[in-house]
Amino acid sequence: MKLSLAKGLNAGLRKAMEDDPKVVLMGEDVGKLGGVFRITEGLQKDFGEDRVVDTPLAESGIVGTAIGMALRGYRPVVEIQFDGFIYPAFDQIISQLAKMHARSLGHLKLPIVIRVPFGGGIGAVEHHSESNEAYFAHTAGLRVVACADPADAYWMIQQAIASDDPVMFYEPKRRYHERAEVELDEAAGAPLPLHSARVARPGDDVTVLAYGPMVKTCLDAAGAAQAEGKSLEVIDLRSLSPLDTDTIFASVRKTGRCVVVHEASTFLGMGAELAAQVQRECFYSLEAPVLRVGGYNIPYPPSRFEEDFLPDLDRILDSVDQALGF
Amino acid sequence: MSDDGMEQASAAPATVRHHETVVSGPVEHDITDGGPDMVQFVDGDGNRLPTSPSNADYAQIVEDLTPEDGRSMYRDLVLVRRMDAEGHALQRQGELGLWPSLLGQEAAQVGAGRAMRRQDYAFPGYREHGVAWCRDVPPENLLGLFRGVNHGGWDSNANNFHLYTIVIGNQMLHATGYAMGIQRDGDVGTGDLDRDAAVMAFTGDGGTAQGDFNEALVFAGVANAPMVFFVQNNQWAISEPNYKQFRIPPYQRARGFGFPGVRVDGNDVLAVYAVTKAALDAARAGQGPTLIEAFTYRMGAHTTSDDPTKYRIAAEVDIWREKDPIARMRGFLASKGYADEAFFDAVDKEADELAARIRTACHEMPDPPKPAMFDNIYVDPHPVVEREKAEFVAYQESFAGTEAGQ
Ligand SMILES: Cc1ncc(C[n+]2csc(CCOP(=O)(O)OP(=O)(O)O)c2C)c(N)n1
Ligand SMILES: [Mg+2]
Repeated sequence: MKLSLAKGLNAGLRKAMEDDPKVVLMGEDVGKLGGVFRITEGLQKDFGEDRVVDTPLAESGIVGTAIGMALRGYRPVVEIQFDGFIYPAFDQIISQLAKMHARSLGHLKLPIVIRVPFGGGIGAVEHHSESNEAYFAHTAGLRVVACADPADAYWMIQQAIASDDPVMFYEPKRRYHERAEVELDEAAGAPLPLHSARVARPGDDVTVLAYGPMVKTCLDAAGAAQAEGKSLEVIDLRSLSPLDTDTIFASVRKTGRCVVVHEASTFLGMGAELAAQVQRECFYSLEAPVLRVGGYNIPYPPSRFEEDFLPDLDRILDSVDQALGF
Repeated sequence: MSDDGMEQASAAPATVRHHETVVSGPVEHDITDGGPDMVQFVDGDGNRLPTSPSNADYAQIVEDLTPEDGRSMYRDLVLVRRMDAEGHALQRQGELGLWPSLLGQEAAQVGAGRAMRRQDYAFPGYREHGVAWCRDVPPENLLGLFRGVNHGGWDSNANNFHLYTIVIGNQMLHATGYAMGIQRDGDVGTGDLDRDAAVMAFTGDGGTAQGDFNEALVFAGVANAPMVFFVQNNQWAISEPNYKQFRIPPYQRARGFGFPGVRVDGNDVLAVYAVTKAALDAARAGQGPTLIEAFTYRMGAHTTSDDPTKYRIAAEVDIWREKDPIARMRGFLASKGYADEAFFDAVDKEADELAARIRTACHEMPDPPKPAMFDNIYVDPHPVVEREKAEFVAYQESFAGTEAGQ
């Protein structure tokens, strides 16, 4: 069935709610409106106000009460309206959500999913285009994933909800309306595990690591590179914590070159961790230093600048050429 | 402006109630009738209401206003609505990325803004175009943020009007801290009208749920800070009505934090002005904070990105249209003989001119040069930013003369 990424998420949430009556959605405007991106559209109508909760406008409150509900046996799925509005909940996420299982010596489980529409490219005003995944990937106790296409949206959201650990679930908001074929039937083949990376396009010359909104950009870049006789292997990381290092290292050992692409600023971003691990584990295979393409190290700029702030085809290919030039 | 001889409004319009049964039991909010505590001086038809227990404390302030004051408030209402309509139109024409309209909330904002003195300071949310107007902030300044050329960019200290704050609730604490600074400067309770200062913090009904909002009330109460918390209860926080944000209305919450709360008819500019002036006077005199809840209505969508037909019924919009703040003030001025058709026509003409001025300014607003995105990140030079800026410029220049550079 052909679905948009948004509809894939919606269908995945619906399936999870049908499968488990303990799954409860919480967030601002998720009820009648279906969320500002309509990801929860129709769910309150079908599952009622007890299971699709329009919360008061307070993110710390949302995550804090989700923790309490999880302690009572529920599986809350929280929607943060936009990436830049998660910070009021930072304390609850870092100090409590991430640590409570360990503090209880394993007695307590917090099966909470925090959905975060992230990234730029939609011409929005400030605080609506951020990529803050590294803060959370930096925090032990949280699992962090990012879907990039409709099929992963459908399956990964269900897997995240099934996880007994808290999961930060990043959704590439600028890709919400892109459509692709989605196999809804599990019998047709088990979906990839939640924390596996996926070779989105095989190639031989350079490994390109990406996730979320940049996967498509990198695939486009690989298409353009192909025309110039360069073969890029694009890997959709899917999981940022833990990292599927086996898939990453195998690719880099094959190509000998690695470029990491993300929208987030590069300084201490995911690319820093990936570069460190790749150079340690693939040292003897590397023909070039691991390069990063990312947002510049400035606050996310006003939207008229974002085209130049965000990695695009040209910047990715520029780095690919640099990697090939060593 | 007195209440001589004016009859009270006839039948009040039917009301709309929001009523839902949720896990914890029913909560009911009347979203069209502010109730008996609400301070009001002019009814929906423009009739001056008699003195009553709820408005008596503020009656003298209204009495002291001159017809000229009334006319100039009317002018502000009309110009502010027109400025807002132009912002909306510019978004529709693709000149702005977004516009949050204040339609319906003109009286709340003009009443509040007009009550401020030059040395007072305003901390707005993102919808306070009318307060900006009253602080003499050029309307053109507000466009950059919504056009995507800057994040606001104006010098807040030029008009004592802080940058817009989009993250709900954040600014409430900034306002409180600013007021604590005023206390330390000794600019409270001196009796000097040009020195004593107060701060106004603006948010919406939804904003009252945030931790920052409630912490600000705690801090302001403890500090007895010279502050006015001004909550525009426009009945909606995007798609969520009042009963999803609180069980008792915001004005009743203030008492629990140790200072008074007042509900005022947010569509009655005279009432808002009077209540705000009283609160600011008290704050400047060292009597501490007040929370004002302006009971009003968001006539339009949340922003140009929103579709309110998904979550609210037209009937409540119709009821509120009858309470229109501008029609009400116009009726009042006309019935009192304080203004004539020639005056109203002149204001409309001025509004046309303002709209044209804003339109031109928007069209002529230059896109800043691309490398400017690296500017003003730090006060002092920062090596990472400097290096990236240089790299960016070199990278851009590498396209010069090629197809991509054209
Ligand atoms: C911390 C935070 N969370 C969510 C949002 C998204 N958001 C923008 S406006 C809004 C509703 C605000 O409602 P209210 O406070 O009543 O003000 P109004 O827009 O009605 O003027 C929401 C949820 C935000 N800006 N900041
Ligand atoms: Mg509101």
